[in-house]
Amino acid sequence: MAAHLKKRVYEEFTKVVQQQHEDLSTKKLRLTKPSKSAALHVDLCKATSPADALQYLLQFARKPVEVESVEGVVRILLEHYYKENDASVRLKIASLLGLLSKTAGFSPDCIVDDAINTLQNEKSHQVLAQLLDTLLVIGTKLPENPSVRMRLVEVACKHLTDSSHGVRNKCLQLIGCLGPVEKGVAKEAESQAAKDVQKIIGDHFNDQDPRVRTAAIKAMLQLHERGLKLQQAIYGQACKLLADDYEQVRSAAVQLIWVLSQLYPESIVPIPSSNEEIRLVDDAFGKICHMVSDGSWVVRVQAAKLLGSMQQVSSHFLEQTLDKKLMSDLRRKRTAHERAKELYSSGEFSSGRKWGDDAPKEEIDTGAVNLIESGACGAFVHGLEDEMYEVRIAAVEALCMLAQSSPSFAEKCLDFLVDMFNDEIEEVRLQSIHTMRKISHNITLREDQLDTVLAVLEDSSRDIREALHELLCCTNVSTKEGIHLALVELLKNLTKYPTDRESIWKCLKFLGSRHPTLVLPLVPELLSTHPFFDTPEPDMDDPAYIAVLVLIFNAAKSCPTMPALFSDHTFRHYAYLRDSLSHLVPPLRLPGRKLVSSTVSPSITSHEDPSQQFLHQSLERVYNFQHLDPQGIQELLEFTIRDLQRLGELQSELAGMADFSATYLQCQLLLIKALQEKLWNVAAPLYLKQNALASAAAKQILEETYKMEFMYSGVESRQVVIIHHMRLQAKALQLIVTARTTRGVEPLFGMCEKFLQEVDSFQRCFISELPHMQGSFVDKLLDLMPRLVTSKPSEVVKILQTTLRQSTFLHLPLPDQLHRATANIIEPTGESDNPLRFTSGLVVALDVDATLEHVQDPQGTVKVQVLYPDGQAQLIHPKPADFRNPGPGRHRLITQVYLSHTAWTEPCQIEVRLLLAYNSNRSKASTRIPKSTWSESLEALPPSENGIEGTIPFSKPVKVYIMPKPARR
Amino acid sequence: MPEIKVTPLGAGQDVGRSCILVSIAGKNVMLDCGMHMGYNDDRRFPDFSYITQNGRLTDFLDCVIISHFHLDHCGALPYFSEMVGYDGPIYMTHPTKAICPILLEDYRKITVDKKGETNFFTSQMIKDCMKKVVAVHLHQTVQVDEELEIKAYYAGHVLGAAMFQIRVGCESVVYTGDYNMTPDRHLGAAWIDKCRPDLLITESTYATTIRDSKRCRERDFLKKVHETVERGGKVLIPVFALGRAQELCILLETFWERMNLKAPIYFSTGLTEKANHYYKLFITWTNQKIRKTFVQRNMFEFKHIKAFDRAFADNPGPMVVFATPGMLHAGQSLQIFRKWAGNEKNMVIMPGYCVQGTVGHKILSGQRKLEMEGRQILEVKMQVEYMSFSAHADAKGIMQLIRQAEPRNVLLVHGEAKKMEFLKQKIEQEFHVSCFMPANGETTTIVTNPCIPVDISLGLLKREAATGDTFLLFSFFL
Repeated sequence: MAAHLKKRVYEEFTKVVQQQHEDLSTKKLRLTKPSKSAALHVDLCKATSPADALQYLLQFARKPVEVESVEGVVRILLEHYYKENDASVRLKIASLLGLLSKTAGFSPDCIVDDAINTLQNEKSHQVLAQLLDTLLVIGTKLPENPSVRMRLVEVACKHLTDSSHGVRNKCLQLIGCLGPVEKGVAKEAESQAAKDVQKIIGDHFNDQDPRVRTAAIKAMLQLHERGLKLQQAIYGQACKLLADDYEQVRSAAVQLIWVLSQLYPESIVPIPSSNEEIRLVDDAFGKICHMVSDGSWVVRVQAAKLLGSMQQVSSHFLEQTLDKKLMSDLRRKRTAHERAKELYSSGEFSSGRKWGDDAPKEEIDTGAVNLIESGACGAFVHGLEDEMYEVRIAAVEALCMLAQSSPSFAEKCLDFLVDMFNDEIEEVRLQSIHTMRKISHNITLREDQLDTVLAVLEDSSRDIREALHELLCCTNVSTKEGIHLALVELLKNLTKYPTDRESIWKCLKFLGSRHPTLVLPLVPELLSTHPFFDTPEPDMDDPAYIAVLVLIFNAAKSCPTMPALFSDHTFRHYAYLRDSLSHLVPPLRLPGRKLVSSTVSPSITSHEDPSQQFLHQSLERVYNFQHLDPQGIQELLEFTIRDLQRLGELQSELAGMADFSATYLQCQLLLIKALQEKLWNVAAPLYLKQNALASAAAKQILEETYKMEFMYSGVESRQVVIIHHMRLQAKALQLIVTARTTRGVEPLFGMCEKFLQEVDSFQRCFISELPHMQGSFVDKLLDLMPRLVTSKPSEVVKILQTTLRQSTFLHLPLPDQLHRATANIIEPTGESDNPLRFTSGLVVALDVDATLEHVQDPQGTVKVQVLYPDGQAQLIHPKPADFRNPGPGRHRLITQVYLSHTAWTEPCQIEVRLLLAYNSNRSKASTRIPKSTWSESLEALPPSENGIEGTIPFSKPVKVYIMPKPARR
Repeated sequence: MPEIKVTPLGAGQDVGRSCILVSIAGKNVMLDCGMHMGYNDDRRFPDFSYITQNGRLTDFLDCVIISHFHLDHCGALPYFSEMVGYDGPIYMTHPTKAICPILLEDYRKITVDKKGETNFFTSQMIKDCMKKVVAVHLHQTVQVDEELEIKAYYAGHVLGAAMFQIRVGCESVVYTGDYNMTPDRHLGAAWIDKCRPDLLITESTYATTIRDSKRCRERDFLKKVHETVERGGKVLIPVFALGRAQELCILLETFWERMNLKAPIYFSTGLTEKANHYYKLFITWTNQKIRKTFVQRNMFEFKHIKAFDRAFADNPGPMVVFATPGMLHAGQSLQIFRKWAGNEKNMVIMPGYCVQGTVGHKILSGQRKLEMEGRQILEVKMQVEYMSFSAHADAKGIMQLIRQAEPRNVLLVHGEAKKMEFLKQKIEQEFHVSCFMPANGETTTIVTNPCIPVDISLGLLKREAATGDTFLLFSFFL
């Protein structure tokens, strides 16, 4: 019976929708179809001059044409086309034909013949080109019709001999887009023309017009993209095109060569003017390298970019790209890089003071010098020194990609990357720092290189400094002097830019844990301990001292001999820092020290499985014992929630899952509590307390469900359904409570209506999930839907009440990965006792610096809230540019918040916190709405970008002491 | 057969007093009109009697082209136009036209006022000479007369430096002047299109040198300055007023900006201030970075660099001073040098070449005790550094330009004979074009094979093309 009812419900719903739809469309048809084409016909007949006709056509083009009337309009246009003498009008008609064939839902095969026929007698080149363009549109609209495509290609081949470049251009484009890709089709085709598209296109590589040559190469690339395997024979032709006079030809040719090198990397090509042969990919690499010094920067960018993706190239070719033989007056000279390396290996300390230590050495045999290389020589040297920063960035990117795949190349390109740290454009500097970080696993920095790298720490741009800290986190340093140097420079950085504190500490943490043996000999010096004398105890709050300690403690983790070097106060400081900066200071096993033994032993953290098991077991338990007595269920829920919350605190990896499920259980608990009261049966107005409790519960559940939906990343549609279901239950509860407390029926009507609408939309959104929800609230509700729709509000409420009680508790499946969005405000710290003073009525800027984790699309969702003591709250939208993305899942918000207020008598604290704004229209649910029914109404609505439905606070509030002074007069 | 004749009056197998006569299709053009730094007698100017023996200059020459404002390219101009007498047009780019008279005036002052020479051109002559100048824009084709046209290309080197293409009918010559193929802090790289001239006349100062990347040098320079300033030392950088000085200023200015440094930088007043003004004006002639950022801030409006006053030299604390002249032989730079030389914390950085006999050359070659005028002995304790910032194309750059332009013949000037020899051989070997390197006064003749334009009615051409008888048609015309 229930199933039957359900079916009926669906039928009714769909019916309603369909009828509306039909109504609308038929109306439209009747109104527009005849008028549209007829009006056009009349207009065109009326037109006395070509200018008039053109005007009519232009007006006509502005309005959309329905699918049904397209063919009619096309016929009329064609009719006029043949009558028309003026080329410009014919051109417009031709373009309109193309536009009309693009109409969605219109199948243009009925007009193919007519369109081809129009080509026959056309004299004007422009119109011809436009007609071919139309044919191209028609052809792309008919992908499943090879014979039509074949015909079109034949037509295009016929016009390839046209004297106008525009026509030839379009023909090639058409052949590229529509030419047969599969071998089989090509063989079957009787026509000679269509047989070998590649050859036809290849013949136009030597066309006299550069635009046609470009079009030919592009058509070839188009064929490749569509899956045709290009023949190796065109490689030679393509190489010749590299020397073309026109940049667009060269640019396309570089692409073509790259494609061929990827297709036939291993085939052998001869080197002209010698008997040797090399692999094609090497030859192509050399040729593209050559283009890095092309005259046009567009080509240079293109070439530099493509170099990065040629990873099959052999290593000695690759290493040549960094090679540049210096000479001075025909004598060999060493590069600065070579000199630095030599200095380093000879153990000599940086002299560099000598004039002429770069003095030329041995004589060079004049015959052996190759001034202009055909090979890869020095391509990157040129690229990195290029005038345009676009080229330099592309070169750095390419270096990065090549170095990632070849460790020996990474080692070699290091010097060049380090040089790029001093580029004049910040983007280039940043890019090269990032590149270096990406290849850092392949390299070890020499001291002199480290020196240059560290010099950049004084850069005034925060992005650069932070990128550099990130780089230092994962760099390998070779000597203890290097570590010392890095520490000194980082401390210098700290004094110059105190705001970098966190980042520097983190950097030192990794530096310490990566190089324990190098830190060991430095410890006495760093802690300034003395074998005989006690040294004064350093200030514990000094960020620089903390930085040193972070480095030492992290090194000590894997170096058990180190703690022996510590003095007494160091151990005390350790205990303090372990507590206050636990994310930076690792647990240490210190001999004979009690104060550290309490730290979590590493054995727990290493095993994840038991805790994960525990999580699942406890959840299992809750879901299984549903038929427990009400009191028992409540208790079980309470305990489980407590357990989960504790687990989340202990196990950071499971925190997301544990919190998520705890929140869900919390909702359920609230719901049960609200419903379980025996007092529900008593007349409502007498039990105000009960009502208050229930409505508070409903409200809290609503809030929690929003949190569950929007605060966790990794929530899948399965969870979304259950969350929405919970929300629906809360709304039902709300309705019941309101119904019991309000007098009169009038307001209830509206509420009931709204609730039923929500049930309806729930059903529509999650129709595919409904089978999984047997026995749930919504399942039962949908069974009763027909009754609900017709019944009075009071009855509805009654039905809801019973359904709510009877419905089963839904199992919440957990996704594999679940992370809770968190935010941590680093600045302001909230520690300052000095109020921020400013004149009332004016504005003061407050720097806000926060780290965000697991926030999706922070630019759209994260807001800053400022709460003034008078209860006034301000919501501030940070600019999209204020968000940086240092790593996957992590974001950094660095912004300024403007504060202002009228004068206060004394300083007071304001609260700053971060909010996560949500909007259920933008939620995952909306994407699940079946397009067929909703697309129209969705498109009709302007997308409300700023629509914020509500906000969830997700960071601890930070207090800022401010004092708006009255303005002096 | 038609010919192009080239005769260098200066800069043939030599550096200095660039002056090249080109005869192309009956037109005579003079490229550059410079003076020689090494001579103080008549040899300092090109020998114009080579032309005047046949009549007046104006009758012989169709135009004069000046590539850039360096004195070895424009120093003889007032002498040539006012004293020898030339009334035809002189072409140069706008920045060159603006800066050239400043340098000429300075040159005149030094020769006449300081050295007391007579029979030299006067200020009025410079002014009169500049009246004959026609300024051109980059890539603007200027019709000198009905047949002769010239076009300027960007050359880097210094502000306003240009390469010129001279074209008569189908024959053309490109003269590069001085150029730089690697960009620097304030100028871009030279660029030319594939114009395939019959002859490319290129400079070859660094014919046998391939240079290291600019970045290493810049980094060294900045590091040295930074270290000295951090120790509290003073840095003296002797420069010439124009060219490298601006590059170094930009370099230091951006470095100061980046590193948030506070030590003052000073620039000696006078000539440099005037020149800086023109650098600010001709922003379109600078490199990408300066052009892109000038909307926010003109890079030549220095934030950290202030004008120098004599009294500042005695101020305590670190500072950086740019002072003229560049070889420490006289003037402000020498005064400051004497004040600071005794302190080992200080440093002097020589950014360019020093002529033998100057204080600059002495300290660079390692002399630590200098005899000053009045039998004084000056002990040099400060550090002495040399740093080459030179803006000529190296051998690779020259080859790159030849590759870009694809000339049919190459002619080398502005370089030493021995070095040219090497480059010549390389060019012939790599590009298979003939290469020349005439000495001063020696005439090189290049045979060209110009195409001859023929007028034909379009209708006839189309008809013939349609029937495919083009060959017949053309044979008929020939």
